[in-house]
Amino acid sequence: MTNLTPTTEPSIGDAPDQLAAVAGALGEKPRSALRAMLPTLTPWLVTGLTLIGLIALFGIVGPFFVQDPTVIRNIGLTAPSADHIMGTTQTGQDVFAQLAYATRGSLEIGLLVGVLATILSAFFGILGAYIGGFADEAFSLFSNVFLVIPGLPLVIVISGFVPPKQRGLWTIAVVLAITGWAASSRVLRAQTLSIRNRDYVNAARVSGERSFRVIAVEILPNLLPVLASQFVFAVIAAILAEAGLAFLGLGASNSSTLGTMLFYAQNGFALPLGAWWWFIPPGLIIALFGTGLSLINFSIDEIINPRLKNARLYRKRNKTALRNEAARLTSAARTGKTQRSAS
Amino acid sequence: MNYFLRKLGFYAIALWAALTLNFMIPRLLPGNPVDILLAKLQQRGGIVTAETRRAYELLLGGNSDQPLIAQYWDYLVNVFHGDLGVSVTYFPAPVSEVIAASLPWTIMLVGIATILSTILGVGLGAIVGWKPGTWLDSLVPATTLLAAVPYFWLALILVYAFATTWRLFPGQGGYDVVLDPGWSWEFIGSAVKYGFLPALTIVIASIGGWLLGMRNMMVSTLSEDYILTAEAKGLRNGKILRSYAARNAMLPSIAGFAISLGFVVSGSIVTEQVFSYPGIGSKLLTAVTNNDYALMQGIFLYITLAVLGANLVVDILYGFIDPRTRAKS
Repeated sequence: MTNLTPTTEPSIGDAPDQLAAVAGALGEKPRSALRAMLPTLTPWLVTGLTLIGLIALFGIVGPFFVQDPTVIRNIGLTAPSADHIMGTTQTGQDVFAQLAYATRGSLEIGLLVGVLATILSAFFGILGAYIGGFADEAFSLFSNVFLVIPGLPLVIVISGFVPPKQRGLWTIAVVLAITGWAASSRVLRAQTLSIRNRDYVNAARVSGERSFRVIAVEILPNLLPVLASQFVFAVIAAILAEAGLAFLGLGASNSSTLGTMLFYAQNGFALPLGAWWWFIPPGLIIALFGTGLSLINFSIDEIINPRLKNARLYRKRNKTALRNEAARLTSAARTGKTQRSAS
Repeated sequence: MNYFLRKLGFYAIALWAALTLNFMIPRLLPGNPVDILLAKLQQRGGIVTAETRRAYELLLGGNSDQPLIAQYWDYLVNVFHGDLGVSVTYFPAPVSEVIAASLPWTIMLVGIATILSTILGVGLGAIVGWKPGTWLDSLVPATTLLAAVPYFWLALILVYAFATTWRLFPGQGGYDVVLDPGWSWEFIGSAVKYGFLPALTIVIASIGGWLLGMRNMMVSTLSEDYILTAEAKGLRNGKILRSYAARNAMLPSIAGFAISLGFVVSGSIVTEQVFSYPGIGSKLLTAVTNNDYALMQGIFLYITLAVLGANLVVDILYGFIDPRTRAKS
């Protein structure tokens, strides 16, 4: 994945105004600021939510219904059948059962890293920009340095030094969070800078509110869409990075994720032996989950950058106008025809 | 402050941070390299004495008798002399030689793949963003699927399809081992043939991000007043697209190069592993599996240096392309 953060820096604070303007132009009632922060239900959003919902459900509920994923049978590498709907691995383990547990593992780590990385980025991005001056310079330098140092090589080196016994789920999660927060911190900083000098924030400060309250009550609610979008990206990036690490054999020990499944598939020669049912499903789940999250992010993007939404709303209006125009023309033509035939 | 001086200063700090990080990692983390290597030796039936331990400590360059600051100074001096220690895996080759042999492969592979995917992604993104809401927009979800695909999985699929099933391209290695590496046409031809699938993997997996970023910027740019003016002047659509919209929409894509390159480099490490490509990524993993700490740290340093260097070049170019950045600082 490249270029996760389009560095357009439209200000989130403008969103309600601009949307109200568009709504006004469309002849609708202006929407409240809170409504403006909720995504509109586009087909993309519905597709994304469905994908995420199904995969999350599979990860949460699936393990209760499948067979034991560790049972070894003497039917190695059999193609999908009624007994094993996704076939078996080299040692006759049920791929479908493994998939359910692995999905749960991947979701866990994605969520964990997403939360950790978002907290880190919010701390460095929002706090630095709010305090300003030297703290801002220092925090922003710090996050820029972390941004240019390539993440995965660093993670690989760190994982290489930590002995496998101590390489638990939390170690991997913390390492991934440390290498993954910088980009979103930069976005948050830019947004905070634009909000921090607004009149109502100054008013709150002048009236003697504590800094913590100003940030939590006045600034943070405006940043929620940005935080949500950054969180979603952090989850995708974490699941992908963990899968990569696990595929290289450097993942968390005694955990089972989609990456570990692919690691065993690769080492069990699933590829040369043509056992597609072993290595296609795990990757496909990662890809579909990532797509679902990105689709949700499109809708969040429209809130952060109202121009994207305006483009869609104007388009809709143009289409309606064209349709009305066409309807008017045909009806005019019809009446014209009837008039002519009458005369 | 001058924009260029500021950038140079920033990259100097980033370089120092990377060097320090590289120094601190083995000293802060729980595992002790010497212990791990000695445990391995014992497993193979070796006898561990105090002398063996001492020898290993010296080999790894961690002279733990000295105070940390002296070790740090020695480390910095060694790094600037290009002395990164001796590789255990390729003993007795020094780390810098091992890296020098594998670096060109990765630079060519990642470089060509990145340039291709940037040009294709930005070009397609401009076209898709030019007409939002048409059928072209349905390309966007398709590319997000590509962007969310793990590099190594895509690589596996490509190997399965092109190398195992159809036998169009070789799925392993960087060149035909029968040939001698050199600047002969035969060898270059073989390198291109072997590099095709890894490059294709990187291009496919990274094109989505470029396309999406460019598309979103195009949509934003199209609502600018100067686009309206250009339309009102009666300029041809192609001219507006190229000279007015795409030019301005491209800027954030260039500025976001740092993040993109980080992802591509990370992805290419895993991709190289799948293809057993003789580049620096597979060397890094060999080093990790063999507990070759000197090689590991050396490679990390080189990758970081390369990424920093590429970003510095892009940042300086950016200062010329977009004069506003120079004015702001």
